[in-house]
Amino acid sequence: MSALRILVPVKRVIDYAVKPRVNKAQTGVETAGVKHSMNPFDELSVEESVRIREKKRSPGGVEDICAISAGPPKAQDVLRTAMAMGADRAIHVEIKDGDDLEPLTVAKLLKKAAEEQESNLVILGKQSIDDDAAQTGPMLAGLLGWPQATQASKVEFGDDDVVTVTKEVDGGVETVRAKLPMVITTDLRLNEPRYASLPNIMKAKKKKMEKKTLEDFGLENVKRLKVLKVTEPAPRQGGDKVEDVDGLIGRLKQLGAL
Amino acid sequence: MLGLARHTLFQRFTSLRISSSANYSAVSRSRLLSTLAILEQRDGQLLQGSLNTLTAAKKIGGTVHGFLAGANVSAASEEAAKVDGVEQIIKVENGVYEKGLPETFAPLLTENIKKGNYTHVIGGHTAFGKSLLPRVAALLDSQQVSDITAIEDEKTFVRPIYAGNAIATVECLDPVKVITIRGTAFAPATPESGSSKIVEGVDPNAQASAQWVSEDLAKSDRPDLGSASKVVSGGRGLKSKAEFDNVILPLADALGAAVGASRAAVDSGYADNSLQVGQTGKVVAPQLYMAVGISGAIQHLAGMKDSKVIAAINKDADAPIFQVADVGLVGDLFEKVPEFTQKVKTS
Repeated sequence: MSALRILVPVKRVIDYAVKPRVNKAQTGVETAGVKHSMNPFDELSVEESVRIREKKRSPGGVEDICAISAGPPKAQDVLRTAMAMGADRAIHVEIKDGDDLEPLTVAKLLKKAAEEQESNLVILGKQSIDDDAAQTGPMLAGLLGWPQATQASKVEFGDDDVVTVTKEVDGGVETVRAKLPMVITTDLRLNEPRYASLPNIMKAKKKKMEKKTLEDFGLENVKRLKVLKVTEPAPRQGGDKVEDVDGLIGRLKQLGAL
Repeated sequence: MLGLARHTLFQRFTSLRISSSANYSAVSRSRLLSTLAILEQRDGQLLQGSLNTLTAAKKIGGTVHGFLAGANVSAASEEAAKVDGVEQIIKVENGVYEKGLPETFAPLLTENIKKGNYTHVIGGHTAFGKSLLPRVAALLDSQQVSDITAIEDEKTFVRPIYAGNAIATVECLDPVKVITIRGTAFAPATPESGSSKIVEGVDPNAQASAQWVSEDLAKSDRPDLGSASKVVSGGRGLKSKAEFDNVILPLADALGAAVGASRAAVDSGYADNSLQVGQTGKVVAPQLYMAVGISGAIQHLAGMKDSKVIAAINKDADAPIFQVADVGLVGDLFEKVPEFTQKVKTS
């Protein structure tokens, strides 16, 4: 079994508990002054990578855990968090504030990064909670020509570089097996991410963060999708409350739902 | 052959030249549009839910082809061929594709897309589509448009972002547009009197770099969560799996409803993962959605707020679920739900 060199892409997004507001110009969502944090699915990726090392789950051991993020200067915060959780080092690909990359560009970037870093396992979140595209992992696997296991709820390592992954699918679970190198995307069920302790946060400040640009990877921020407008969803009417069960039944009948 | 090519070229030129005539250009443009709709099957059975890709494909305009692959897809192809307005069903019969592994299915699809010169490829935003289509899009160097809820024209699509808290309208500039659709936004096409041709697709017989091992699907006699007309969902308020089963299941059966759950209920083991409704679980839009003991977090609302009628039973009068519910009852669910179930059954 080869030693694992894990690449963990993380994204800085608006915190999951914040209700996003559409901006006045209807060009996007208001981000200024809004709390941001690591995409929840990416926390699962970092946690899983660290657990594979701590619990010695891989027969060949874990040689390296490298977190990577393409984002504005503040994306360094989520990279520090990843290192405080246990990643060894980080790569920050700086994008202008207010700019973002489409999943295909991110996948192309990660392909180059995985090749450069000699990664043999990339663990990504299954989707980012802002764009909700759920594309980057399978795109990356396609570009690299590697096998993929999406929406993983369990990852096991065997001999001869074999990885067995249980995936969440419609109606239940499915188990697939492939050989390294491979791409895995995480489902919420995979693990429970830790909180970084203060000593680890302090230690993370000393870990290495490499700074790069898109050009270093020979890429440009090309947009294939033009956002014409972003609007608030239609608000729901109603909010009626009834006194008792009979009232509930009556109202549902009135609404044609019973 | 040459004559035909010249003829097509001529058509393209004329349509370009007189594109100022709006009517004519719409017709000639639609002649150049062709959509491949990906159908899903299991053990040779066509998944009826996946026929919504044909519905969406027809909205694009232009020709519509369906695509099916697996160990034994003849019967499923014949069934899909009965959908009106579909020109042909492309089938590839080969056990390699039976489980829909993206490592083999993506090259298969890519070959067939290139051969057919499609302008649009549409699949469902299902576990299968989410795992397969981005891989296909990357192989075609196309930026996929995910989980769309509406088609404005052949290049403009509407999709929810930020857990449905914002709606984005995007124009896709790629020559081949790869799209996944939200199941609840497009009704499945029904096989009727159509008689599409069934043709054999190209089979690249791709090398499998991954292997399917096993599956464990929750068995249930209740309606399928994704397509049910009524859904009853339970949350943290149910307190235990025993209570979930005691309270929610009889209610679902009385209504003939599918059972759903909030993340809290799933995490606590009250219900199976596959029943989770929300941003990261299933998105449903039934006629009636009953939320029992669910507070209504943003992530849960993302999966159900397009339901026609929402009813909520919760003891906390300030729970956010009441802001979206058409009708709410504040009270103890352990009292109210059994009473409701009883009255529905006897009425």
